[in-house]
Amino acid sequence: MPTHPRVGFFATCLMNLFRPSLGFASVKLLENAGCIVEVPAAQTCCGQPGYNSGDFDGARALAKQTIVAFERYDYVVGPSGSCMATIRHDYSELLKDEAIWHDRAVALAAKSFELLSFLSDVLHVERIGAQFEGVATYHDSCSGLRSLGIKGQPRALLAGVDGLRLVEMRDTEVCCGFGGTFCVKYPEISERMVDDKLANIKATGADTLLGGDLGCLMNIAGRAARTGQKLRVFHTAEVLAGMADGSGIGGESKNESKH
Amino acid sequence: MRMESARFKQASVVALHDMNLRTALARSRDGFIGGRQRAIDQVPEFEQLREDAKRIKDHVLENLDHYLMRYEEAVTASGGHVHFARDADEARAIVLDICRQANAKTITKGKSMVSEEIGLNDALTGAGMEVVETDLGEYIIQLAGETPSHIVGPALHKTREQVTELFAAHHRLPPKETVATLVAEARSTLRDKFFRADVGITGANFLIAETGSSLIVTNEGNGDLTQTLSRVHIVTSGVERVLPNLDDVAVFLRLLARSATGQDTETYTTLSTGPRHVGDPDGPEAYHVVLVDNGRSKMLGGEFRDMLRCIRCGACLNHCPVYGSIGGHAYGWVYPGPMGSVLTPLMQGLDGAYDLPNACTLNGRCQSVCPVKIPLPQMLRELRHMQHRARLAPVAQHYALAIWRYVAAHPKLYHFGNACAARVLALLGGRRKRIGTLPFARSWTSVRDLPAPQGRTFMEQWPRREKS
Repeated sequence: MPTHPRVGFFATCLMNLFRPSLGFASVKLLENAGCIVEVPAAQTCCGQPGYNSGDFDGARALAKQTIVAFERYDYVVGPSGSCMATIRHDYSELLKDEAIWHDRAVALAAKSFELLSFLSDVLHVERIGAQFEGVATYHDSCSGLRSLGIKGQPRALLAGVDGLRLVEMRDTEVCCGFGGTFCVKYPEISERMVDDKLANIKATGADTLLGGDLGCLMNIAGRAARTGQKLRVFHTAEVLAGMADGSGIGGESKNESKH
Repeated sequence: MRMESARFKQASVVALHDMNLRTALARSRDGFIGGRQRAIDQVPEFEQLREDAKRIKDHVLENLDHYLMRYEEAVTASGGHVHFARDADEARAIVLDICRQANAKTITKGKSMVSEEIGLNDALTGAGMEVVETDLGEYIIQLAGETPSHIVGPALHKTREQVTELFAAHHRLPPKETVATLVAEARSTLRDKFFRADVGITGANFLIAETGSSLIVTNEGNGDLTQTLSRVHIVTSGVERVLPNLDDVAVFLRLLARSATGQDTETYTTLSTGPRHVGDPDGPEAYHVVLVDNGRSKMLGGEFRDMLRCIRCGACLNHCPVYGSIGGHAYGWVYPGPMGSVLTPLMQGLDGAYDLPNACTLNGRCQSVCPVKIPLPQMLRELRHMQHRARLAPVAQHYALAIWRYVAAHPKLYHFGNACAARVLALLGGRRKRIGTLPFARSWTSVRDLPAPQGRTFMEQWPRREKS
């Protein structure tokens, strides 16, 4: 591995639109770990919404666009298990009938990583000097957990954060009810699932929820706000980068929930 | 069984408000999930067993015609009869015919999802025969006039209190309050039916090509009484349930109970090979197997072959958070949950079951517990693809996808659109930084606030950082 690997940063749709500060937190973590980070302007969406909605042709077009935009980098890294799982697993499946594109998809998949697993598994970052006062619980987002095997890495990194105590919730591996378009197609079922998640979070006594995917975190934070459950919600990268002192996802901030 | 999957949305909302269902689902979910985990923790080679089972099934499916022929030969050699049914109509007609030939008045039944699939009970009762379900769960829902809500626990949606009321009303006996007394009451009521039965119908967990045997596993022993005490034993089974030999069966038996109920093994594992032979102490005079295709051979030749590995353990149902929220009835047909969301559209048509492949978050938990490693999420996605091509999705979704596809394929347009949206939504979010209601996003804001954007997109801000 080069000492200063060139990383193409994948600016996920939700991060780009809703929470650019997460993008900057991610870049900070990568740069602190010695990476040279670039953000290709020709990138958009990874194609997952279309793929999961059955529009395979649309997803294929975006897969090719992403391959072209990123294949020149040593690594492709993004702050989402879900988007990165699409790049790692679904592109080669989508492009299996187009020989050259399939090979390019496989090559891209091999160097594409979700941010925290990249820091942990590839760069072997062990301890990040960060501080965060609070008791947090961690939600395992499904794609990251089951498609990319992300489970221990964020926890190991969070263990090095001063002031933070991590408590596990019951059913942390159970879906929060986001599921991309699922949450708007079947809002009532999604509501039950996110309420179950919030009940499990509440039972831990944690004041903070952390996770690795903005979709899930926005769903949980949005429901907490609607039901009046006090909870600050951050992406794990924001805490690790020491950038979780402002407003959490959904507006609940560190100071608000202190009193 | 009537096909009502088209009403999924309405039915799921009704189910969400059913407090009894909620209690029943929570109880069974905890039992099943914890039980399975404890059971497989005792078996270090469980992962290897899953791999072995998958391999055996794939081999059988690759050579299904061969194994079905061998199976038929072996059944015939042991004095039984094999009938092939192309669809549900044929299957019902064959069973009805056998029952008429046997001059059947009372028919006992062990649990068989295939008999539900082909709508057998209505056909038999319509012909004037008395049909008695002998699996406790099936018996409960038969009394209640309901359909199974789970492929292993058909009455899983019912609380104990509901069963107490049901039995008291039907048996005209004082209400029983505990599970043990309820079981005892069902047992004594059913005992007489077993002795009176002319025909006993069971399903089959596995069919064994080498020996011509059918195998069932039960916890109540009702299947044994059903098939040994009646004059005629009829097995209804899908064609895909055949396995080469008993060694192969052993692999699946180690997976089945642990995956299904968290038991090391079910209480009864019973093999039937032909009718009663000379010297046998008991057994039926005649033995028939009705092998049902009903769409299976079509699956065999296409992208959904992996689905035919399914051994109906129900682990995917137990671990599905959607099933755990709404229960089985909302799915509208025989097979609910993840496996049902694949099977129902394939057997009953993509159109009438539109919601089933869509009402899934693709969280992948089903696949991770499937004992035969069926890629259920990928199959649901493939069904969505078929629906998309057939233009079955709501028009609004079709256009939304087309717009997304166009915009996302034009990075400049995409980033400009995002920059505009970020500003507008940030304004709407105000100081609270969240949006309570939003036209075009009502399905989101109907149940949750929308966290507002911070104002400028990442892609807008990045070049400025680079310059500084």
